[in-house]
Amino acid sequence: MRRIFVFLAALPFAACPVAAAAGEIWVTNEKDDNISVIDTATLEVVRTIATGERPRGITFNSDHSRAYICASDSDAVEVMDARTGEILHELPSGEDPEQFVLAPDDKHLWIANEDDAVTTVVDVDTRNVVAQINVGIEPEGMAVSPDGKIVVTTSETTNMAHWIDTATMTIFANTLVDSRPRHAEFTADGSELWVSSEIGGTVTVFDVATQAEKGKIAFGIAGINGDLIQPVGFEFAPDGKTAFVALGPSNHVAVIDMKTLAVEEYILVGRRVWHMAFSPDHKQLFTTNGVSGDVTVIDVAAREPVKSIKVGRFPWGAAARP
Amino acid sequence: MPEIRIRRTVSACLLAALLGAAGPARAEISVAVTYLRQEQKAPPVLSNLDPIPADLGIAGARVALADSETTGSFLGHRYRLQVVSVEPGGDLAAAAKTALAASPVLLLDAPVEAILTVADLPEARDALLFNVASGERRLRDGECRANLLHTIAEDAMRADALMQVLRARRWTRTVLIVGPRPEDEDFAATLRAAAAKFGVEILAEKAWTFDTDLRRAASKEVPLFTQDLPNHDVLLIADKADDFARYVADNTWLPRPVAGSDGLSGEGWAPVLEQWGAVQLQNRFEAAAKREMRPRDYAAWTALRTVGEAVTRMNSADPIKLRNYILSDAFALDGFKGRPLSYRDWNGQLRQPMPVVNARALVELAPLDGYLHQENNMDTLGLDRAESACEAFGG
Repeated sequence: MRRIFVFLAALPFAACPVAAAAGEIWVTNEKDDNISVIDTATLEVVRTIATGERPRGITFNSDHSRAYICASDSDAVEVMDARTGEILHELPSGEDPEQFVLAPDDKHLWIANEDDAVTTVVDVDTRNVVAQINVGIEPEGMAVSPDGKIVVTTSETTNMAHWIDTATMTIFANTLVDSRPRHAEFTADGSELWVSSEIGGTVTVFDVATQAEKGKIAFGIAGINGDLIQPVGFEFAPDGKTAFVALGPSNHVAVIDMKTLAVEEYILVGRRVWHMAFSPDHKQLFTTNGVSGDVTVIDVAAREPVKSIKVGRFPWGAAARP
Repeated sequence: MPEIRIRRTVSACLLAALLGAAGPARAEISVAVTYLRQEQKAPPVLSNLDPIPADLGIAGARVALADSETTGSFLGHRYRLQVVSVEPGGDLAAAAKTALAASPVLLLDAPVEAILTVADLPEARDALLFNVASGERRLRDGECRANLLHTIAEDAMRADALMQVLRARRWTRTVLIVGPRPEDEDFAATLRAAAAKFGVEILAEKAWTFDTDLRRAASKEVPLFTQDLPNHDVLLIADKADDFARYVADNTWLPRPVAGSDGLSGEGWAPVLEQWGAVQLQNRFEAAAKREMRPRDYAAWTALRTVGEAVTRMNSADPIKLRNYILSDAFALDGFKGRPLSYRDWNGQLRQPMPVVNARALVELAPLDGYLHQENNMDTLGLDRAESACEAFGG
């Protein structure tokens, strides 16, 4: 209820766009130590919430009542009441937490500790560290399989995806990828793992059952030096057919056919595009643009940018809340 | 917040043991690298600030060793680093022979003549040598060697990066002060060539002749010394040994920025870099070495990381295989400067973006937008294929 009051108070006379359903996109601003909350109907920033130092990774629990935020330079994960914006408590996270994933059962948070070459597992209820797993140098990307049985950490300098069995909390496979892996995601059916390599300029697709590489996506945009096309964050459309990949300093998002792995289109967005989140109805895609300090809203069906929204300095992570 | 203990570092051996069953087929490969240094007596300089660290370069190799060991622990690859430091005037060639008998990979921190002596040893014919210390042109030009790669930025890359920025700012009227040592004249020549390349004018030059204690007298002497220079946008200084350059800024007759050996300069690496993940490398380095990372540290780091990356991808320690891979299009090293690093296949120079910095911030990362090149716009910095007389690489 409170959110609606805020919305009404902020925009008493604005005409509401008809189509978009209500929802929010939370964007972490790395150099402003806060979160910009964007209303997906009005496409305006409706709230700014203070966080710890250098907020990067952000995610919600299943019912979206709680937000988890990596406050990297505070060396903590903050747990926030998503309704009030109040920080309830911190979780022990290890040093310099950057990205994390919450297990599907909402119980364990798996955190990449960038400066420490470990992945930390925290029980969010007891607030205890359950395990620390040694991985490669500069762990960053974190992914959990839909069934919760596998977690993957990617390490930027070691150039690997480390496959962790969540039952034993040990690594069962290490697979090399191209230089500087940034982000990892399992497909919705759990059959594939995708890993982006920023400096290598590719996205590698793995078969989860065998951990074997089954494909690799490369990019090319006319007029842009090839080594500036640097894949970082990405998201899968819920229909399982289309992937959207942020391409960093090339200022574009690639649209990929998930079956053929062909790039179908490049969408121009803001400068140094990092991560992205769909609106709750998946009709819009919001990209964080680190250098230009804004968020680009993409109309998913039309594959066109429709608006830039000014947020804080160095927007990094994005997460949707209905 | 509950108390927890965080494990900070774990030795590569322990990691290997922990992860024994994991990963692809494990071939045990052992890679030994020697950091071979000819110690040089540094010329006396006016200031006692900024002493040259005793582990300059070596500290960078050590951080790269740790980085490579971690990756190696997942693959069954082991790395060792031996440091051999020969005193000034000592027999570097003999030390090189001993090192080459043990391992074919050397990082060379020595003057040009000594580097060439080592590269020309029969024992070094199939070795993989990295120059981590000398930016001199001739090593990338007529006196290049097929077994010698260069990770330290060529002096021309530093000067070209600076001139790109001056040109982009339209600060194209410059004057140049040249120090008294031969290497100052060499750097001045490099600045002149870069200025001509990018359309920056050097309107006048003056030779630095002072032998007073500028720590006391700079405010009296330098205004007079610079008074008769023609009007200019930027004052360039060629002072390779970092002797007098620091006393020029803010003492000039006209209020002008300085560049070259002080003020704005092009560098292979600088402590002010923080973008592109650089802060992570800076943190690792500072934790290990207890000081800031300098260009020679970065050159040693990239050299050993080059070896690590090639061993990882080739699953081999054969120096010929490694060299072929390193010089191929497939090679891409993440050097924390925002673009993949690779080697020029015409002279073995590491192709890299060049930060143009002042003491407090990154000003630009060269190549700047708009400087185009038919192959890779990083090749607008330093000796290009057509300019280099190097033939050892088959080019």
